[in-house]
Parts: sequence; C-alpha cells; structure tokens
Amino acid sequence: MTTVAVKPATMGQALGRALRDAMADDPTVHVMGEDVGTLGGVFRVTDGLAAEFGDDRCTDTPLAEAGILGTAVGMAMYGLRPVVEMQFDAFAYPAFEQLISHVARMRNRTKGAMPMPLTIRVPYGGGIGGVEHHSDSSEAYYMATPGLHVVTPATVADAYGLLRAAIASDDPVVFLEPKRLYWSKAEWNPDTPETVEPIGRAVVRRTGRSASLITYGPSVPVCLEAAEAARAEGWDLEVVDLRSLVPFDDETVAASVRRTGRAVVVHEASSFGGPGGEIAARITERCFHHLEAPVLRVAGLDIPYPPPMLERHHLPGVDRILDAVARLQWEARS
Amino acid sequence: MTVMEQRGAYRPAPPPAWQLRTDPEPLLPDAAPYRVLGTEAAASADPQLLLRLHAELVRGRRYNTQATALTKQGRLAVYPSSTGQEACEIGAALALEERDWLFPSYRDTLAAVARGLDPVRALTLLRGDWHTGYDPREHRIAPLCTPLATQLPHAVGLAHAARLKGDDVVALAMVGDGGTSEGDFHEALNFAAVWRAPVVFLVQNNGFAISVPLAKQTAAPSLAHKAVGYGMPGRLVDGNDAVAVHQVLSEAVRHAREGGGPTLVEAVTYRLEAHTNADDATRYRQDDEVEAWRDHDPVLLVERELTARGLLDEDRAATVRENAEAMAADLRERMNQDPELDPMDLFTHVYAEQTSQLREQAAQLRAELDAETESDGAGR
Ligand SMILES: Cc1ncc(C[n+]2csc(CCOP(=O)(O)OP(=O)(O)O)c2C)c(N)n1
Repeated sequence: MTTVAVKPATMGQALGRALRDAMADDPTVHVMGEDVGTLGGVFRVTDGLAAEFGDDRCTDTPLAEAGILGTAVGMAMYGLRPVVEMQFDAFAYPAFEQLISHVARMRNRTKGAMPMPLTIRVPYGGGIGGVEHHSDSSEAYYMATPGLHVVTPATVADAYGLLRAAIASDDPVVFLEPKRLYWSKAEWNPDTPETVEPIGRAVVRRTGRSASLITYGPSVPVCLEAAEAARAEGWDLEVVDLRSLVPFDDETVAASVRRTGRAVVVHEASSFGGPGGEIAARITERCFHHLEAPVLRVAGLDIPYPPPMLERHHLPGVDRILDAVARLQWEARS
Repeated sequence: MTVMEQRGAYRPAPPPAWQLRTDPEPLLPDAAPYRVLGTEAAASADPQLLLRLHAELVRGRRYNTQATALTKQGRLAVYPSSTGQEACEIGAALALEERDWLFPSYRDTLAAVARGLDPVRALTLLRGDWHTGYDPREHRIAPLCTPLATQLPHAVGLAHAARLKGDDVVALAMVGDGGTSEGDFHEALNFAAVWRAPVVFLVQNNGFAISVPLAKQTAAPSLAHKAVGYGMPGRLVDGNDAVAVHQVLSEAVRHAREGGGPTLVEAVTYRLEAHTNADDATRYRQDDEVEAWRDHDPVLLVERELTARGLLDEDRAATVRENAEAMAADLRERMNQDPELDPMDLFTHVYAEQTSQLREQAAQLRAELDAETESDGAGR
C-alpha cells in the first residue's frame, strides 16, 4: 500500500473516503440516492464510488425520497447495509413516513428480530446561501423519534470516524452533514484515519473554566471562535461538541457544566421546540446546584429558514454567543 | 436563404428522447377480469389444487369468523375480516415458493397463515401484546403493515437485494384499493419497474376503503391499468375465483423469477363484512349489493366445481369442516389464555444497545414494578 502523506483534506473528502473504505471492507454496504452515481452527488461526496464498485453498489435511484428509503428498508431486511443520501435537508421530508413508521421502529416491532442497519446521510443547515428549502436544520424532528441515532460531525477527522461508525451500527443512523463545513479543511491522513469512540460520546473541543458552550455540527467552529473572542473580556469558555444528539452524552455535558457552573446551548435550529430546550432541561436536572445562572440558548430564530440575503440574521454568530455569555454574569467570575 | 425562407423545407428528425418504448409485451389488462370457475376452462383445473384450495378457503372462512368472535369477547382489540376475499389471500399465498417473501397489509392475516404462520402469532398485532408476533425471516413474512402502502417499497427493496445476491426470490406485496392512492404505491411500482425487480403487486379491490367506494378513489379505468404508466404488465382477475387468482399469480411469480420484472395484478372482490368489527357498513352500502356478492362467494365457487366433477362427497366435505373447526377451537383456546408480558421488554428492542437515557427509564420502571409487587404482597 502506498502511503499518502498528511495533507489538507476537506470534510467532504473524508466522508467520501469513509464510504469507500466501508464499501471495500463490507460487500453488503450499498450507497443509493439521487445523482450519487455518475455525478458523485451534488456535493461530490460519493465521487468515484460507482466507478470503483459498479452501479449495483452505488446506485442512481429514481427521484423519490420515500421510495429510496422504503426500498432501502427492504434491502436491509435482506441483509444489506444501505447508505442512503438525501440530497438536501428539506427534501428528506417526503421520506419521513418511511423513516418514522418503519426505519425507526422495525427492530422494536419485531422484538429485535429485524434490525435496520442503515445510514441516512442528510446535508443540513445553512450558511451557504442556499435558496429556499436548501438550509433547514431538521435535527429536532429526528431526535423526537425513538429508534433513530442522530449524529453530526464538526471536524474532518470526526466526519470519517463517525460515518464509519454509523455504517457499522446495527441501528439506523441519521447522519447530518453540516453543509457549510463540507469545504472545511484539516491536516488529515486518509491512510491512518481515526475512528471514534462508540456513537454517543461528546468531546470537549476546548477546555475552559468560566462557562460551557454546548454545541454541535456547524455551530462548533462558531463557538470556538466565540471562545477566542471572549478571552479579551476575561472569559475562559469551554466548548463541548456533542457529535451525537441521540444517544445523548449526559455525562460529558454534566461534568463540563459542573466544572464551569454556567452553560449556553448553541445551535442553528429554531429555538422553540428545538434541541436546546431538551439539552437545557437535562443540564438543569443534573446540575441545578452547580449552576450560577440559568442555562441559556442561542439558536436560530423561530421563523422558517430565511432567504439567503437575510440568513446571517438568523444564524447564531459570535456576537450573539458573546451577548449570551455576558448575560451569564450574575456576578460571574472568570 | 433566411431561416424564414427555409421553414417549409425544415423537417428535423425527432430527437432520440422522443422515441417511445414499444415493447412486444402487452401491458394493458384485459377488459374483463380473468375467470376460470364457472367457465369451460374450469374442466382443466387440477383436482388436487381444487381440493387444496377448498380446504384452505373453508379454514380461512372459519378463521375469519373465529377472530371476529374473539373481538366480541374482548380478546382482540380489532379485526379487519377478509370474509369474501379468502380466494385472494389463499390463491396468492399458495402461488409462492418457500423461499419467496410475503409483504402483507393489516388485512392479510389469512395469507400469512396460509404460508404456515401460527394463527395465534399472526394475531398479536391485533391482540396488542406485541406489534409483530413472529420473526419475519422464519416464514419470510414481513410484519403486517398498518400504514397504507408503505410495505410496498420494502418488497421492492428486498426483491432487488435478493436478485443482487443471485437468489431467485420473488416478493409478493399486497395492498387494498384505497392504498393505491398513496404516494408509496406509485414510488414502489416505479422503482420496481426501473430496477426490473422480481415483485408481484396484488391489489385486492374489495370495493371500499373503509367507507369510500372505488369511484371516489380513482378515475382510472381499472387499477390494473395503472401498470401501463410504469412499464409493467397489468392483469385483472376475478378475486373470488381462487383458481383464477392462483393461476394469474403463479404466472406473475414465474415471470418475475425468470427476470421478466414486476406485474401489477388487480383482483376484483368484495368485502362482505364491515371494514373492521368497529365499523358500521350500513352507512355506506346497500344490502342488495352485499347479497349479490354472496352469490359469488369464493367458497361456493370452488364447492360448485368440485361437486359438479364428483370430487367432493359429504364425507370429504365433513372432514374439511372438522379440520377447520379444530383450527378454530385451538385458536379460541390459545387466545383465551392471557399472554405473558414482560414490561421490561419495552426497553429491550429500541436499540441494539440501550442508551443511558433508556437505562435510567428502565430502572425507574423496575422500581415501580417492584413497588407494585410489594404492595400486592402486603395486601394479601
Ligand atoms: C397512511 C394511512 N392513512 C390512513 C389509514 C387509516 N385507514 C386504515 S384502513 C383504511 C382504508 C384502506 O382501504 P383499502 O386500501 O381499500 O384496504 P381495505 O381495508 O379495504 O383492505 C384507512 C383509511 C392508514 N392505515 N394508513
């Protein structure tokens, strides 16, 4: 095997590499979706897979999301491990019935006799100037459905490791790919890609003492930037990257908040009925006596995703995070 | 010469995309449902097959009346009877080989039982002790499906996967007339045709979707006509004629197994009972319509043929009835026992490994159960 030196790789490339390696290691892994074959997907994540594995393993399907996911269910019933690509967040909605009524509960319906080892890749979130229906953060819908795992990477290395773990999982995994991080780069060696701990472990991306930013996916880099900026104001912020929304790593989150005594949950999805409410409640239940201030949320506005020229007002940015941190004062000491 | 001057002479060849597919295979269904019983063709029906179908139909009818009786005793939450439709259920199920798969809807318990599924395990969904009471892989029967038409794409995916693996497995997917209006019906047929998947779709057109008659469901000339748009053959069959159903289904299964791709079969039949025991059919249909169909009862049709050919004497008929009675007695007795349930199973089959959230909730329920047992003990 030739060694490829460490060089900058994008998250999109790492995801593609994860698919390729999974297909090479396990002949039951099949990739399917709209334009995933010849074109390599609209984000080119599946580039080269059809050429390498043939179009029976990397299949351009008819244009029908319920059909894609529904046939993938049948394929999984027969022992395959389908990896389904939904072209964009809002175009996964036609497949929701299959997802919720069958994918999520087939194991349960059959008392464990029929697991659903399939992965549903969904490019999600905003920040790339997409037109209507191309920027939704749909994670709350998935989180609300028992039986699904919901994960989202924030780094190039995690993109590879989490996707390999998702494909290897005997349960269905909704794999949310932060669209605007597809082109983010890191030094990464595809010959020695890192695996991740089992799905469900959060990771502390930056340690700090004065407050915890609890976040995931596209908001992780924003929070890291906010943490740097906050230093000027004397705040030493910890940043926790959840990586997995279901299962939820209560342990890592609670340990962080107990250390810092303050927490802000940051995500792009709308605030009302969004993931932040659940996370804030879990933190409060576990850390009430350690909290110096209420758990705050910095999230997308409670509006349908706005047109691209206005999206910067919707997306949580550094300033809003810093404002929230300031509201944590309550005589806070750094 | 200007473009305008060229106009008269300008006759471009149509672009290639304009060329329509003209397969030799006929896709359109015949104008009337295919029948065997009561026609001259019946004379050539195999006596063994007739006897087998008869025994299964009588057993199926008895199963339906027994299950309906169990709802009255509160043993089943609900039962969607297939009385009047037994020929579809049984004619279709018997057209499958053991390695084939059945994808039933909630109404298709009889098809599952005809494949050898334990009658009690076929009823757990409706009794309420667990959604699916069997391992789908054991008999190659997918879970009875409650949302309409959603099992159809599963059948396509499974058949496609089997073919990719080199197995000559066929999937039979069953749906009602109302279910054909769902988007999943369309997507499943389209995928199946594009992939040439070895699938047979069987629509049991029993006239009604709960209360809504077919005329309010579709404007298509027949449901079998829908096949044409997908590029697969559509077949129309008398759904009360078990021999005809068996023949048409066997042919479609063979066609699929040999690589010919999917077929859409519409079996025209009638739901003699209400939608379920919880429904009041007098609100939407007339008694004389029901009576007309009773005359075309699937059990009668086979019995008439057997009797005419001297194949069914009173002894034989009595044996068939006794066997059906024995099945009903066994079903009654076993359904009258309370199923043993372990509430902790609620947490066992959500994920391969329990999440910490589920472990916490399981511990809480365990404590609640222990407290119940203790207080029961104290009360005694
Ligand atoms: C997606 C969906 N919508 C509504 C229902 C409620 N429902 C149950 S059965 C039924 C009528 C189905 O009619 P048909 O497809 O003709 O099948 P039949 O019951 O006559 O066998 C309806 C509306 C359902 N089960 N699934």
